[in-house]
Amino acid sequence: MSLGRKLLVGLPVLVLLALVAVSFVYLGRGGSSVAPSALIGQSAPQFDLAGYDAEHPGLSDVDLRQGSVTLVNVFGSWCVPCIAELPQLRALAEEHGVTIHAIAWKDKPEKMAQVFAEHGNPFRRIGMDNDGRAAIAWGISGVPETFVVAGDGTVLYRHLGDIRPEHIPVLLSVIAEAQKQ
Amino acid sequence: MIAEIGHFSLWLALAVAVCQFLLPAIGFRRDDDRLRAVAVPAAQAQLLLALVSFGALVWCFWASDFSVRIVAANSHTLKPTLYKITGVWANHEGSMLLWVTILALSGWAVATFERSLSERLRTRVLGVQALIAIGFYLFLLVSSNPFERLLPAPSEGNGLNPLLQDPGLAFHPPMLYLGYVGLSVTFSFAVAALVENNVTPDWARRMRPWVLAAWAALTGGLALGSWWAYYELGWGGWWFWDPVENAALMPWLAATALLHSTLVLEKRDALRNWTVLLAVLAFSLSMIGTFVVRSGLLTSVHSFAVDPERGLFILGLLALYIGGALTLYAWRAGTVEAGATFAATSREGALVINNLLLATILGTVFLGTLYPMALEAVSGEKISVGAPYFNATFRPLMAPLVVLMAVGPFLPWRKAAGGRRTARRLAMPLLLAVLAVLTVYAFADTRGAWALIGIGLAAWLAASVFADIARQCRLGRGTLRLFWGRLIRQPRAMFGMWLAHLGVAVAIFGATASGAWEREVMTTLEPGLPVMVGPYAFTLTEVMPVAGKNFTAIQGRFDVRQGEKLVATVKPQSRTYTSPPMETTEAGIAPLWGGDIYAVLGKPDGRGGWQVRLHWKPFMPWVWYGAALMMLGGVVSMLDRRRSRVALLQPHRPAVAEAEQKIPLAAE
Amino acid sequence: MRRLALFLGLLLWPAVALAAFDAETLPDPRQEEMARAIMTEVRCLVCQGESIAESNADYAADLRRLVRERVAAGDSPENVKAYLVSRYGDWVLLKPPVKPETYVLWAAPALFLGLGLLLVWRIFRRRSPKEGA
Repeated sequence: MSLGRKLLVGLPVLVLLALVAVSFVYLGRGGSSVAPSALIGQSAPQFDLAGYDAEHPGLSDVDLRQGSVTLVNVFGSWCVPCIAELPQLRALAEEHGVTIHAIAWKDKPEKMAQVFAEHGNPFRRIGMDNDGRAAIAWGISGVPETFVVAGDGTVLYRHLGDIRPEHIPVLLSVIAEAQKQ
Repeated sequence: MIAEIGHFSLWLALAVAVCQFLLPAIGFRRDDDRLRAVAVPAAQAQLLLALVSFGALVWCFWASDFSVRIVAANSHTLKPTLYKITGVWANHEGSMLLWVTILALSGWAVATFERSLSERLRTRVLGVQALIAIGFYLFLLVSSNPFERLLPAPSEGNGLNPLLQDPGLAFHPPMLYLGYVGLSVTFSFAVAALVENNVTPDWARRMRPWVLAAWAALTGGLALGSWWAYYELGWGGWWFWDPVENAALMPWLAATALLHSTLVLEKRDALRNWTVLLAVLAFSLSMIGTFVVRSGLLTSVHSFAVDPERGLFILGLLALYIGGALTLYAWRAGTVEAGATFAATSREGALVINNLLLATILGTVFLGTLYPMALEAVSGEKISVGAPYFNATFRPLMAPLVVLMAVGPFLPWRKAAGGRRTARRLAMPLLLAVLAVLTVYAFADTRGAWALIGIGLAAWLAASVFADIARQCRLGRGTLRLFWGRLIRQPRAMFGMWLAHLGVAVAIFGATASGAWEREVMTTLEPGLPVMVGPYAFTLTEVMPVAGKNFTAIQGRFDVRQGEKLVATVKPQSRTYTSPPMETTEAGIAPLWGGDIYAVLGKPDGRGGWQVRLHWKPFMPWVWYGAALMMLGGVVSMLDRRRSRVALLQPHRPAVAEAEQKIPLAAE
Repeated sequence: MRRLALFLGLLLWPAVALAAFDAETLPDPRQEEMARAIMTEVRCLVCQGESIAESNADYAADLRRLVRERVAAGDSPENVKAYLVSRYGDWVLLKPPVKPETYVLWAAPALFLGLGLLLVWRIFRRRSPKEGA
């Protein structure tokens, strides 16, 4: 058998081996992972949202460029993990002095009021994103998501899902890094 | 108790499968034909045991025995009986049990219906079937036991996803599995031939009915799945190039190619390597399909609840079976260059090109489906490969294939076609195709390139089938009665081909027409005010609540009129199920001769009006008719095997009745 | 991680209205058609592989509205898609962009066909003394 022929008849086995290897790697890693945010390293997207109430005025990208590191949390009162992470957010805001703003995704003020009454309100500014446009601008496909934004408005880090106590050290270190600049 | 019987029976089936594989294998070693004779009764016993096991599971579902874990997870006392039973295979474990049962059925069928097959070959085939069965029985028993108990038993089950409580989807898996698993027989034939080092035209002839049977079932399964998607998902689409759909399409493509290459092997003793490879690939793709749906490798609306551990088990099985077969192939395939010469414009030449195109489509679908996963595994980057990619690559490959389908039957075996004679025969189909394109361009205002191509191809293919019939039955020479006499005396294989190719033409026409000429209106409608959709006036007459066995719904009634005449009444629903809680839409569909009326009801706008989406889809049912014709063609062709095929072989060939004559697996 | 993604998707379930109905379509039929063509190429991120044109999800409806707005404002399909890619990455396009990582993918059909034609040509050209009788 010529070499070319050998290669040809051996090709299907090789393809199979490649497929098995790749599948193994993929499954070993736990399968599909969520794509990293396309915004990391970019400047915060343009948006301008009305506020929730007198103490929590609206949010726009200008507010994120005021020179200090902020957290932007995309929130919904109907979303159980969002409520579950409020204690962690309160800890960040009150104990560590982190400024946290919220984008309320298609939410109703009455429902939010109920949640805040029960679990507290860690947010400085709250933007009401009623048409979902700001969420799209941030590349959101689910809630909650939390972004760390540098003083000049650059998006540094995204945390997907609710923030658990074990995630706080990582967030704090990202914030500390950013504050050094 | 019943569940334990089912469980035990499964273990017994495994034991029998081990005997079915091991004893004949030893029998071959020691040349002991008593040991080899174990294969046939073992296959029959295996089926019996598998049926007992499957029957036990069906009973558990039917009786709503919630002490069995999967019944509790997937069933509910309020479910209609039909869906309690079809729920057996609507979950991972149950569907795997169905899988192995059909595998046992295939083995039994070979044992029972292939009495005239050479004993060596039959025994080998059954041995390979048993080997496959062993792996899958182990998978079931070790990691996906359908009879696992849940104690204490809940008083009520979780219910079945409402999307699955549906006749189309209920019967889609069994039909599909008949095809998927039916291809195991061709796999076994191929491996048996490789082991025996004996690939002959006779082998191809014996294998062909099995390919046809599996192919027909796969066609039906795919069509059922598409039909279900069409009426259930609520917006009229029926093929999405979803990974799981592709996983079913790939074995179908391989089986179609195999169908045609066995012809070449039968008639010209050529393409031996390629045919064997295809036979191995077809079932390998089935197994890969089974794997991807259950392993978490690909996300899809069709995926079963995923479990990476199971995924790895099947991956191991795959590597073993497919790797083993392909290695065997590589080892045996082609030591000596030999084989018939082909003229490029002969029938066998056309079939080779047919296979080439089908293989290219197969390769492309394979790559496109697995690429995102592979890219992410290798580089971490995420991309999506969806319908736009597949449409862009599939259509340019399908078009020449259809052109060739029409030409092929007019080409002679063994020699180059007389160019002029063939052209003369195809002149009429060409003319009709051009006329069809011009007609739709002028009168149906069709402008899209692919729409025009689709119509043209469908006309071309259909006309060529009739031209072939006319030629074979010598229409015009003699009376009509003579023509009819010749027609009914055509071999069934010819009918099969005509039906199947016609089916393709009909399906292409339906797909193209319903896409190109569809009329859709999305609006808010108040009862009583008609709206025009294409040539039809839709009037929402009433909206009222209705209740089903396990759901409540809001149902709208539309009267559809053409002019003054009432042509149809459709009742789309917006359903709410309670367990599990879910909302679904049921489209109101009325199949008319010319197409489908398709209506979907949305939400009220709060002012007495309702959001609705109304479609007129011309010729939509032709897609399903086409698929049915294809299936029929496959079945009819399959029934040809008893007719003497020797006459169709070259007259110079010595009668190859003694299939024992060993011919090394030479090159094509 | 995958479970998380699934979970997040489920979070949007309450928001899933049966809203494959858009109250507003674009008045200009050509623009509407352009918008629809774009929609078939944009992936619904909370669904399992559907496009936003097909999906019932509320979220998909938002994206459809965005696409319509941008088309009405005069954006070309490339611009609209580029905007979405800047937010979500290449993953949001159902037609994979042609870039080094996807050269193999897009070249595949031609490559397979070419390879096959080569093999087939060899079959046709073979002159064997045995005339396959």
